[in-house]
Amino acid sequence: METLLEVRGLKKYFPTKGGLLQAVGGVDFSVKKGETLGIVGESGCGKSTTGRAVCRLVEPTAGEVIFEGEDILAYPKSKMREFRKHMQFIFQDPFASLDPRMSISDIIAEPFDIFRMYKSEREERVLELMRVVGLSRKLVNSFPHELDGGRRQRVGVARALALDPKFIVCDEPVSALDVSIQAQILNLIQDLQDKLGLTYIFISHDLSVVKHISDRVAVMYLGKIVEITDSKTIFQQPEHPYTQALLSAIPIPRYGEKRERIILEGDVPSPIDPPPGCIFASRCKHVMPKCREKAPALTETASGHSTACYLVHDVSEEEE
Amino acid sequence: MASALLQIQDLKVEYHTEDGIVTAVDNLSLDLNKGETLGLVGETGAGKTTSALAVMRLVPAPPGKVISGRVLFDGQDLSTLKAEEMRLIRGNRISMIFQDPMTSLNPVMTVGRQIEEAVELHQKMDNKTAKARAGEMLKLVGIPAARAADYPHEFSGGMRQRVGIAMALSCNPELLIADEPTTALDVTIQAQVLELMKRLRTEFGTSMIIITHDLGIVAEACDKVAIMYAGAVVEYGTVESVFNRPLHPYTRGLFGSIPNIAEDVERLTPIPGLMPDPTDLPYGCRFHPRCPMAREICSTQTPAISTPEDGRTVACMIYEGLVPGYDTEEKA
Repeated sequence: METLLEVRGLKKYFPTKGGLLQAVGGVDFSVKKGETLGIVGESGCGKSTTGRAVCRLVEPTAGEVIFEGEDILAYPKSKMREFRKHMQFIFQDPFASLDPRMSISDIIAEPFDIFRMYKSEREERVLELMRVVGLSRKLVNSFPHELDGGRRQRVGVARALALDPKFIVCDEPVSALDVSIQAQILNLIQDLQDKLGLTYIFISHDLSVVKHISDRVAVMYLGKIVEITDSKTIFQQPEHPYTQALLSAIPIPRYGEKRERIILEGDVPSPIDPPPGCIFASRCKHVMPKCREKAPALTETASGHSTACYLVHDVSEEEE
Repeated sequence: MASALLQIQDLKVEYHTEDGIVTAVDNLSLDLNKGETLGLVGETGAGKTTSALAVMRLVPAPPGKVISGRVLFDGQDLSTLKAEEMRLIRGNRISMIFQDPMTSLNPVMTVGRQIEEAVELHQKMDNKTAKARAGEMLKLVGIPAARAADYPHEFSGGMRQRVGIAMALSCNPELLIADEPTTALDVTIQAQVLELMKRLRTEFGTSMIIITHDLGIVAEACDKVAIMYAGAVVEYGTVESVFNRPLHPYTRGLFGSIPNIAEDVERLTPIPGLMPDPTDLPYGCRFHPRCPMAREICSTQTPAISTPEDGRTVACMIYEGLVPGYDTEEKA
């Protein structure tokens, strides 16, 4: 499969009173055409900032975002604006991401109103998009407050599809929804990918959801990717101690499920002036002296499986 | 079997709002035995939190109103107690952990003082003993006693929730009601909190009601489970029986809706439709507009509570023989 998006050395730092907050501390990954890359991690790990930086909704501090061969971070503002047609965003909170004073049809049509597209067939286009995302056409003149969360999120999806994008970043699109509605939206997102050949980055804190929807999964911790591989492997053979702990912490909805749980001590350290060495060292039970000195690089350990941990690297060296 | 610590009988709670009367809880009956943990599961508007508040006599009135029903705690009808008498029970023999650790603590009081306040009031401890007790409780939930002098904003979310748990447990309650205790927490911190709650149950024999929308938490931490939909319990039983053989179409729908990390499912099978409008609940069975098994009778008649086996109840006409049921195959 062709690579659609390649991210290299992406960093985003925020200046704060306490010092430089390293929200994204240099990440590398690529997304192939038509695939879904899941990004998973706990609050403050930098997953949302990564998604936003890729679309330049926040300006990255450093790095390259290569979309179909061109570094879009080098684009001037005007060109970036034009380019945005190809990459869209679905936001987490369908209550905050829709303008309460705009009707559903105006919200969905806003992207093509801005680009002066579909002028003569504006209404047909809106109705077509509503049909695609499963919204009744009766709602065309309603306002967001009249809709429940699931329907609002469908409006958010319709708006993201308005300009026929190639690529969509979905940032926690189902986290605010009830489980029965969550399943409807997940199916919709999958169906649209099949129908329209879309490429996704799917960001979530919920590993079960990420595993379900993604082809490959990147696990983030404190601004770095600690492990990336296909979604089957990450759940069957996680290599990084953080991935292992994260997986073992998920309660499984089955009776009598007995697993050994790895309980992590303490909380995630502050992303302001993170300690040198491995970012996970302070909570890792396998920590070695060298972990505190130099950070392990994200290194391929098997085909398509990369992990940033000395434990795994050493093992693979020994075998050679 | 142990005796019932809490009995909720035919509880009905309404909210009288400008948009009409919302029946938040209707005809709710549940028993909780000593030392048992009950999971109360449902989606937004199912009536989980209102049920818990009704037990604590904390339903905000107005607009809330307990229309009927009794709550028996250790054989005593809580609804007949005077306000002062109820205050002796609340926070003392029954206590509650709230969902949001950011808003349930007093921001201008040290966490130690907040715990001291509870024990001074309920256990009649002098300040010195209360201080020692607060330190002890913090240690129990894994927070150094020295941090008792810190304010809530100096703690992380997971630690704040643990402070909430320490406070709730400070008077050795017989019943602990935890309303989505881990929803605001990250999954590794959630694991710490669940582990702690399990330990308390084994060490102190505390009975618990855990309100959650996460079936994984129920499987992990509960003995019994009650599935609620639109204000009523649609299915009740041991976790083993409900998870291995869900009977109610809504319960089956819930299991089909959640992606399970331990299983590979290409496509989820969501429950069609939306949660009903609480001011205008469907007639008959409230789930019938979304139910794949529904027949005409479901829109005209309210299902009775059937007892298909011992200790198991379900409110669906399939089990009254009025509606054709699932084929002999087990588990949808």
